[in-house]
Amino acid sequence: MRVALFATCLVDQFFAQAGVATVRLLRSLGVEVDFPRGQTCCGQPAFNAGHWDEARRMARHTLAVFEGYDYVVLPSGSCGSMLKTHYPELFTGRGLEYRRAVDLAERTFELSQFIVRVLGVERLGDGLAGRRFAYHHGCHALRELGVEEEPVLLLKNAGAELVPWEADRECCGFGGVFSVKMPAVSVAMADRKLDTLPAEPAPEALVSTDAGCLLHLAGRSRRRGQALPVRHLAELLWEARNGAS
Amino acid sequence: MALRDYPKRAAELLERRPEVRESVMRAALHFDRNRARAYAEVDAEAWRGYARRVKDRLLTGLDRYLEAVEARLTQNGVRVHWAEGPEDVHRVLGEIVRAAGVRRAVKAKSMLSEELGVNAFLEAQGVEVFETDLGEFIIQLAGEPPSHIVGPAIHKSLAEIQRLFAEHLGTPPDASPEALAAAARAFLREKFLTAELGISGANFLVAETGTIVLVENEGNIRLSTSLPRVHVALVGIEKLLPRWEDLAVFLQLLARAATGQPIGTFVSLIQGPRRPGETEGPEEVHVVLVDNGRSAALADLEAGEVLRCIRCGACLNACPVYRQTGGHPFGFVYSGPIGEVLAPALLGPREAYPLYHASTLCGACAEVCPVEIPIPKLLLTWRRRAAEEGIRLPLERELVRGYAEAMVRPRAYRLASKAMRAFPGALRSERLPLVRAWTRLRAGLEPSPRPFHELWEEIKDEREG
Repeated sequence: MRVALFATCLVDQFFAQAGVATVRLLRSLGVEVDFPRGQTCCGQPAFNAGHWDEARRMARHTLAVFEGYDYVVLPSGSCGSMLKTHYPELFTGRGLEYRRAVDLAERTFELSQFIVRVLGVERLGDGLAGRRFAYHHGCHALRELGVEEEPVLLLKNAGAELVPWEADRECCGFGGVFSVKMPAVSVAMADRKLDTLPAEPAPEALVSTDAGCLLHLAGRSRRRGQALPVRHLAELLWEARNGAS
Repeated sequence: MALRDYPKRAAELLERRPEVRESVMRAALHFDRNRARAYAEVDAEAWRGYARRVKDRLLTGLDRYLEAVEARLTQNGVRVHWAEGPEDVHRVLGEIVRAAGVRRAVKAKSMLSEELGVNAFLEAQGVEVFETDLGEFIIQLAGEPPSHIVGPAIHKSLAEIQRLFAEHLGTPPDASPEALAAAARAFLREKFLTAELGISGANFLVAETGTIVLVENEGNIRLSTSLPRVHVALVGIEKLLPRWEDLAVFLQLLARAATGQPIGTFVSLIQGPRRPGETEGPEEVHVVLVDNGRSAALADLEAGEVLRCIRCGACLNACPVYRQTGGHPFGFVYSGPIGEVLAPALLGPREAYPLYHASTLCGACAEVCPVEIPIPKLLLTWRRRAAEEGIRLPLERELVRGYAEAMVRPRAYRLASKAMRAFPGALRSERLPLVRAWTRLRAGLEPSPRPFHELWEEIKDEREG
């Protein structure tokens, strides 16, 4: 099985260790991982802002970069959904390009979903025993890809406790360009997430499979003087397998 | 109020009136939890699919259903008027007011009447207008538009309502909610008894039978439509239902979606004016079938699904953007997710800009919509059309082009990655435009010391174990 890692530009730039963790985790599960060097950004910001011509240019680039792999795995639900849900929309009515987009969509998986549904692995190890986290369900992972049970299952099976959090399925307010287009509302949404996090028992960190949500929530938390630690899901899944590093 | 200023108005509201966020959040979460519970009691997925198909059938054959309903209404003794826009509605209302010598009108809650500026028009004609829905009554006293489709006054705190009522109705400043409701009831009862005209909207209008269907919890709609001598129902052309039996699902689905009730406390099925020998009911019933941009939306094959909307407000309650501010900053009659896609459909994308950008595309709205309107898909459609038509921020096009240009060139991407690390202050700047929009309310971004694509070179040959 030849798997390509699509690190995504946000993980590449801001959560580089989550990329390292993804590679080591997948290799430890017997997967041959490659990192195609031409990869950049999936184009979601352009797509969401309505600039479909530019989004198509980036999508074509990405389609070419990941040609020929059995699977494309992303430590991200949002970028994953861009490939899986929206690339086919971008090329609707465009013949062969549409078929290539659908072919890529079928090979594309968010990391935790790939581990549970494709590899059939539900237990990675017990490296998270006794640790407590809050899990944020990113919207595109949750509602576009149906990633809901997989990250929770993998974390819990490794011994982690997830705190009950009434807003765990609510949008954090990042929304890509939305975060700078409508910053006041964006931040009010982050505040709702942060204000509902249980103080007791306090989670050691806030976890998500999406770097954008984590950057936004961490940035807001620091600005409020709280400095809540955030961890990318991939790092914790590697710790689940390998023990805390 | 220009829709263009939504971001500014939202920011100001959040900064200056945090109590509004609190009231709206509490009410919307309450509605949404009740909706979730009420959906879970039935096979909501099957009902939603059914409702969507019924509405699609209606919209596909709307011309025929409209002719059918006109015929049935006429047979039932109801006078039917066709209105293309507010001017037509005003003309019809003006004629009715003059013919019936109307001095006072009582109103059931109607979002369409807000869309058409009915109150201001009637008042200009010298007619006293009283909103009789408690929430609408509150905001009429406050001189504000509704901030929610179903709960127009959810942005108001108890203290604000106490102040309003003390000033206008003379209630004690610490009156309980029950005492406030009783004061409103006493005040309005006399208006019901003396008004010559009752104005309502319609939740549904059944094409097969010509039945005007109204759903409520307070009883004010029944009084508004049965006590005055004349009843006028304003009905958007998309509010029809093909068949009587469709009500079996729609009445239950509407109540469950809107408030989590199995059915509204009062359901009025209005079949026409008082008949010979009957002692109650209006002498005249008028139905005004209103277009106001709807047939243009109907012809829009890519974004016309918005016309399935039954105005339940479930998408507002589920929306984390709406919950921060309520409806006022949107500047349009309909706010929240449905307003973001109705505004461009009814007003055009230029006028509605940037409401369809006021969304993170989180998808919570589509998940709860009782008629399965794919709101995120419609938002993306309007954004694409707007970009194509040049409706955008200054420099937006150049920025997006430059970004795309860099992303299809891996070497440019990697150069940008190096540049970002060479100037670490740039992402923390509180002065650079764009960056400032992030850093003003959030700590600056901290890139990883080295990007993953550099780390890869070190780990690519690692073996498992």
